[in-house]
Amino acid sequence: MIVFWSTVGAILAKDLVLEFRNKETITSILSFSLLSLIVLNFALRPTPSLISVVAPGILWVAFTFSGILGLNRAFAVEEDQDAIQGLLLTPASREAIYLGKMLGCLLFMLVAEIILLPIFAVLFDMAPFKPMLMVVMFMATLGFASVGTLFSALAMNTKSREIMLPMLFIPIVVPIIIAAVVGTDLAFKGGGWQEISKWIQLMLVFDLIAVVFCAFGFDYVAED
Amino acid sequence: MDRYDVLRRLLLLTSGIMVVTVLYLIFIWVPTEKNLGVSQRIFYIHVPVAWVGFLAFLFVLIGSVGYLWRRSRGWDQLAYSAAEIGVIFTTLMLMTGVLWAKPVWGVWWTWDPRLTTTLILWLIYVAYLMLRSYGPGGDKGARYAAVMGIAGFIDVPIVYLSIYWWRTVHPQALVGPAARGELDSQMYTVLMVSTITFTILFIYLLMERFSLRKSEDNIEEIKAYASSLSVK
Repeated sequence: MIVFWSTVGAILAKDLVLEFRNKETITSILSFSLLSLIVLNFALRPTPSLISVVAPGILWVAFTFSGILGLNRAFAVEEDQDAIQGLLLTPASREAIYLGKMLGCLLFMLVAEIILLPIFAVLFDMAPFKPMLMVVMFMATLGFASVGTLFSALAMNTKSREIMLPMLFIPIVVPIIIAAVVGTDLAFKGGGWQEISKWIQLMLVFDLIAVVFCAFGFDYVAED
Repeated sequence: MDRYDVLRRLLLLTSGIMVVTVLYLIFIWVPTEKNLGVSQRIFYIHVPVAWVGFLAFLFVLIGSVGYLWRRSRGWDQLAYSAAEIGVIFTTLMLMTGVLWAKPVWGVWWTWDPRLTTTLILWLIYVAYLMLRSYGPGGDKGARYAAVMGIAGFIDVPIVYLSIYWWRTVHPQALVGPAARGELDSQMYTVLMVSTITFTILFIYLLMERFSLRKSEDNIEEIKAYASSLSVK
């Protein structure tokens, strides 16, 4: 058990060092989500009264599509000089590799989201820093990262990777997108925990199933 | 001709005869529905097609689990064949649904839980087929597809629940098939005959595709073997 978690930690640390050196993943997630905010602003032309209606949607469109960009990189970086082969040849269990990569993705996406949030607050005149929103963001991003890491590994070996990942990923994470948007809406409106609890529960169930299933599925995906 | 071929031809013959019979039943024999009018006749195709779509995806699940468990190509060929047929029938279900919704509900589409879940289900298996054609071949591709096949199936109930809750959060003028109610016995007969017909057609198509896929895989193997010989 200790060996397992130290392996997870080592893989996570490796990805963190890599990210700290080139800062590519977080930068790409962040810049793409910022661009999404701007495009959506032009597309929807929100008036002050409309903003509160469309704000949760704008936020999650930005997070979802930029998240895909980050997830795409999760295994793309491992392709350089066949690093993935080296990783798979180590005695690390497949589940540990999956969890390490997944935690890395989760962390990068969360950091990018946290940085984007104040920009969003300024551009759309919202006050998004609420504990409820933080919980929603964490749960939803965990769902994205857990499913996305598996599909990123799948898509790595396909011909048109750029379209394969979103095609596999988005239909599967529909429950997370719905729960995140509704949860964010409730958080912005200042709803109570009572109202939001069933959405949190939905995400919790999804996240649990996703982490367990994807760790198990990764075993088959990364067999050779 | 082995027993598989005999059965396949028998099924082809049966489904051919039954399709003609069902067309007669749907368009001539069964009376027109009082409230919905003539458009209701699409119901006898829409529902069986939907049933076959779901049945096919169940076969994808069985094939995927079977492949990961047993690792024999047969399971994978079953899953792949069933997914293709499932996507065709789900497409037909969506199309007949859209055609029927316009005259009855006044809109082509409504984001109600059942419709939306079906659309997502359709997308999941379209992605499955894309994974099969863009992904690696052989055992690797089969494993990838199996993981996706199982993930898609597990996901569907959660998708349904989330969309169901979402609709109750945003209530809109929802027009449901409330007018359906109890089915007349003649209508019930046609629905049942049609469902049996489409199920037989499905089994025939599955067997046909399955043996075709087997041949395709064999050719791939022979090709790989031949190229390995020429390298030497």
